[in-house]
Amino acid sequence: MLLEVEGLCVNYGHIEAIRDISFSVPEGTVTTLIGANGAGKTTTLKTISGLRKVRAGAVRFEGKDITSVEPYDRVKLGIGQSPEGRRCFIGMTVRENLEMGAFTRNDRKSAAYREDMERVLTLFPRLRERIDQISGTMSGGEQQMLAIGRALMSRPRLLLLDEPSMGLAPKLIQQIFTIITEINQQGTTVLLVEQNAAQALKRSHEAHILETGEIVRSGKGADLAVDPAVKAAYLGGDV
Amino acid sequence: MNFEFFFNNLPELTITGLAFGAIYALIALGYTMVYGVLQLINFAHSEVFMYGTFAMLWTVMALGGREADGIKLIAIMIAALFAAMLVSALIALVLERVAYRPLIKRDAPRLIALISAIGASFVLAELMGLRDRIAGWLRLDDDLSEYVSGARINNSMAGVIEKPRWDVAGVSISSIDVLVIVAAVGMMVLLDQFVRRSRLGKGIRATAQDPETAALMGVNPTRTIQLTFLIGGLMAGIAAFLYMLKIETTRYDVGFLLGVKAFTAAVLGGIGNLRGALLGGLVLGVAENWGSAIFGTEWRDVIAFVLLVLILLVRPTGLLGESLGKARA
Repeated sequence: MLLEVEGLCVNYGHIEAIRDISFSVPEGTVTTLIGANGAGKTTTLKTISGLRKVRAGAVRFEGKDITSVEPYDRVKLGIGQSPEGRRCFIGMTVRENLEMGAFTRNDRKSAAYREDMERVLTLFPRLRERIDQISGTMSGGEQQMLAIGRALMSRPRLLLLDEPSMGLAPKLIQQIFTIITEINQQGTTVLLVEQNAAQALKRSHEAHILETGEIVRSGKGADLAVDPAVKAAYLGGDV
Repeated sequence: MNFEFFFNNLPELTITGLAFGAIYALIALGYTMVYGVLQLINFAHSEVFMYGTFAMLWTVMALGGREADGIKLIAIMIAALFAAMLVSALIALVLERVAYRPLIKRDAPRLIALISAIGASFVLAELMGLRDRIAGWLRLDDDLSEYVSGARINNSMAGVIEKPRWDVAGVSISSIDVLVIVAAVGMMVLLDQFVRRSRLGKGIRATAQDPETAALMGVNPTRTIQLTFLIGGLMAGIAAFLYMLKIETTRYDVGFLLGVKAFTAAVLGGIGNLRGALLGGLVLGVAENWGSAIFGTEWRDVIAFVLLVLILLVRPTGLLGESLGKARA
């Protein structure tokens, strides 16, 4: 298992955001957390990247307990994140944002680094067109591409994607999901958090459904996509 | 109002004003960078500068600056510059460690950190002011009497260096003023390039804009905060050195007015903005000098602060108005 989460409990003050969550992400898969607003999806991701402290439970990456590792050190272990709301560095150019993604790497003059940059710009040709543009002046979809590309620049073994489809036009959503599949096929394990259940389930190997801070269903993405109860609750009836 | 004097001496007044402004700007950097990263006004930064002036003064005295000339004097001055930078940087780092980090770690409101800053400022100033007594406790007053006595009066290194004036097209220019302007502007350009281009500089900008996302990129926020205090301290040390070359005297409370002026310069240019600090400093220095030529020197500080209020009424975010994080750089 690349990532294991065991008995995770996280509080915001006295409010329990997530309660006793356990799941794992097998190497090479796309694993998805589905749930409505406030179900605890983002909190779960932030706990995995270290931005939230746990009240109980453990996060293990490649078998090592990383529960108390600081977020900036988890990047070096191979966890990259595209945060909710994209959070591009809006005062910086596209290039500078991508360079920030590679902040922990000390091979920034090497061929491997240039290859990674090339790979990101091939995945997202829009970013190549706008390489010297200030990222704050780009559209939401372009900023989403930049946020994913930036996360890829750290060469993550595990890529955490927090609602990459949020606020995007349907056509763009298709495109982003296609790219996520492509990234996965190139060998990066993906943990995806989504409200857009239809698209996400279709493309994930495994999926877990969160409700009010707890996992209520787990299964293969394809199975959950045709499950009547899931369909009723998350897919708006027939899809 | 003496407009005749003003117009007759405009070039000289401008150059002297720029020299003052350059010193304000170097100190203003410390305020503006720390604000950019922490949204905190480090009010103790004035003392970082003050300790630098004493480091400069004592180094010059201890190395026999009064008797030296030529190459030896230059060597002493270089040593004094490094001493000022070192001491100011150390004070800045200690401040961060003692007065701010414990509060930031506990997520204390910024107002608490502000009070801590003001407290630290008084403590540092008074420690210097009380150095006779502290030296007495440590039984150092015999050995160091030359350096520790008379803490609350002006300490002077007047006459150590000659300050030739140059005559350029009928305008008498102080060589020290030129040195101050060139050195200060040069340092600002270097720093600007560092923050724009280097990896650590980008880390500072990223943290200033969005500390959480910066951490997701692998930027250690504590190290970044330390780095900004370090840079602010080094710049204040350079400012202290240039100030002592120009003014030649210092005392334990010299930081107060200089600090307020530098803070004004930072706000004037747009707090959190590096280039704003330079612009704000130069504008403030020149305006003060022009104003005191017209209205009389006793109006100097009045002019500085009236200018600040007027500019902020028109442009509430300062002349350049962007923050460190958002600035195109």
